[in-house]
Amino acid sequence: MTPAISVAGLTRRYGGQIALDDVTFDVEPGSITGLLGRNGAGKTTLLRIIAGHEFASVGSVSIFGSPPVENDKVLGKMVFIREDQVYPCGGWAFRVRNALQAASWLYPNWDHDLAETLIRDFGLPRGKAVQKLSRGMRSALGIVIGLASRAELTLFDEPYAGLDPVARQLFYDRMLADYAEHPRTVLLSTHLIDEAAGLLERVVVIDRGRVVLNAAADDVRGTATRVSGPTIAVTDFTAGRTVWDRRKFASQESVVIAGQLGDAARARARALYLDLEPLTLQQVVVHATRMQEAGVRERTIA
Amino acid sequence: MQEMAGLDEGAPLFVQIAERLAEEIADGSLAEGGRVPSANELAAYYRINPATAAKGIGMLTDDGLLEKRRGIGMFVAAGARSRLLGERRKRFTERYVEPLVAEAGRLGIDADDLVALIRESSFVQRGS
Repeated sequence: MTPAISVAGLTRRYGGQIALDDVTFDVEPGSITGLLGRNGAGKTTLLRIIAGHEFASVGSVSIFGSPPVENDKVLGKMVFIREDQVYPCGGWAFRVRNALQAASWLYPNWDHDLAETLIRDFGLPRGKAVQKLSRGMRSALGIVIGLASRAELTLFDEPYAGLDPVARQLFYDRMLADYAEHPRTVLLSTHLIDEAAGLLERVVVIDRGRVVLNAAADDVRGTATRVSGPTIAVTDFTAGRTVWDRRKFASQESVVIAGQLGDAARARARALYLDLEPLTLQQVVVHATRMQEAGVRERTIA
Repeated sequence: MQEMAGLDEGAPLFVQIAERLAEEIADGSLAEGGRVPSANELAAYYRINPATAAKGIGMLTDDGLLEKRRGIGMFVAAGARSRLLGERRKRFTERYVEPLVAEAGRLGIDADDLVALIRESSFVQRGS
């Protein structure tokens, strides 16, 4: 099957700065993928290049098999909702209802009923000038357009600036419900990993412009474990294992070890009165990022 | 963290979906021959990706505990409950009974004494 997104050897430089460094990954059609990473990791640059708003310095991007830049066939299949979305035809006369009208003309799969439901859910004021919307309402407008366009490829770049947790939950729930009925390809960039974790089938983690993890979300959960207890027992139990993190307090120690634990190891931990806590998706991502940064520092020093 | 109706973020979600469905089959809340919630229904309830829910259902289908009826949905297969209970009984024996008997042997407790001890403790638990 042709990937919905195929990124190969993508590098983006701004003067001497490297924003993206040899990024390679595919996104299969009909999945929700999380693009995760710290602020400034390169998520927005990557999404802008995927959306054809920006060029790669080196490497290539194809969307359903074709390059996105100045390609109407590809761009018609795609919606890109950015953080702090700017609407091109600004001005005081451009109201929420005009933005929705424009979107309904632009996107061939636009669903009027879904848009109406979402407008009610988020309490969007139709008659208000887009320029005068609060940050949260501007995000809500982006979310309505992103979901109601039902584009084959839906790109969301941190789409919830200014939205409170209740409104964000609404976004997740509505996206999940509509995705279930109308499967499409969604790439969602976020740093609120815990909140979005359940929605994601796959995760691509980037840090300092590089891919540090590209995996099925369920393959990541529980792939590392925090082991806590008396230092002697922890040292004994973790000997010979890959340690990601180590914290000490008086005679107590807490260590994160990579890899899954089998039944025998669990039984042994119980016998040593150790506390085992499998890491969540968010926690594994945090450690993978930190390991990458430590590695980069080491390479820089060496 | 987003609430996922009791799912644990530290283990693969699809495995937990399979375990929960198996639990409901074993305790009879999902009856044999009864319809199992669809992947989309499970996804909405647990707030997870439908593909993840489908993978959990797929695990039980591969085990023969669920069966697909074309155009209608997934159903609990005949004999699924007794199979699950049989597997649990076996696991119970391995996990609890065998170590119990072994330890009793080391302490010189014979079978009759052991049975008496179990009766006593179950009497105490019921009485408390």
